[in-house]
Amino acid sequence: MFTQGTRVKVQDRQISGHCRTPQYLKGKIGEVIEDTGRWRNPELLAYHKPGLPMARLFRVRFRQIDIWGADYPNPIDTLDADLYEHWLEDAEHAVAEGA
Amino acid sequence: MNPSHPDDSHPAGAHHDLGGALLGAIDRCEHPRTLYEMRVDAMLMRLTHPSCGAFKVDAMRRAIENYSRLEYEGLPYYDRWIKAVRQLLVEQGILSDSQINERIERIRAARNQQGN
Repeated sequence: MFTQGTRVKVQDRQISGHCRTPQYLKGKIGEVIEDTGRWRNPELLAYHKPGLPMARLFRVRFRQIDIWGADYPNPIDTLDADLYEHWLEDAEHAVAEGA
Repeated sequence: MNPSHPDDSHPAGAHHDLGGALLGAIDRCEHPRTLYEMRVDAMLMRLTHPSCGAFKVDAMRRAIENYSRLEYEGLPYYDRWIKAVRQLLVEQGILSDSQINERIERIRAARNQQGN
C-alpha cells in the first residue's frame, strides 16, 4: 500500500500471460498521485477467472525524461499510468537494497 | 531516445506492447466507420456487458495478444476483435466452431441466392 507522493519503481520482470504493465515503464521510477482503489485483477480475468483477490491500482506520474532519457525534448512533460500494486515497489527501498 | 523497438528489447510474443517503439509517424487521419466495424464493436459491448458476461475485455486483450506477430500485424483492427470474439465464444462453450461455420455458410448461401 503506497501513499500519495511515494516514489515507486515499476518491477522489471516478464510474465508469460496477460500483462497490463507496459514494457516501456518497467524499471522506471515515478510518484504515486492517486490510489484508485481495489479492482479485480486483469491478469486473472483474462483467463475467465474471477480476478480475486482484488488488486490495488495506483495512478503513477513519471517524468518523460525518466522514461526516454535525457535527450527527451521537453523536461517538464509527464506521463500518468495506472499500475497495480503487485508491479510496484518503494523506490527508496529498492535503491537502499541496490535493486 | 531510448531504442525500445519490440524486435530488440521486448520479450518474445509481446508484439502488441508497442509503447516507445520507433515505428515512424502515426497516421492521424480519421477513417469513416464502416457498418462492419460498428457491428463488431456493438457485438463486443454486448458480450462484455455485465448483463451478458460472456467474457471480460481482459480475455479479449489476452486473445489478441496471443496472435502470432504475422497475424497481429496483418489483421485490420476490427478483424483482430472479431477473431478474438469468435475464439472466446468457443472457449466459453457458448458456441462451437461448427455452429459458427454453419451459420456463416447459411448467411453466405442466402446472400448468393439474392444475387449478391
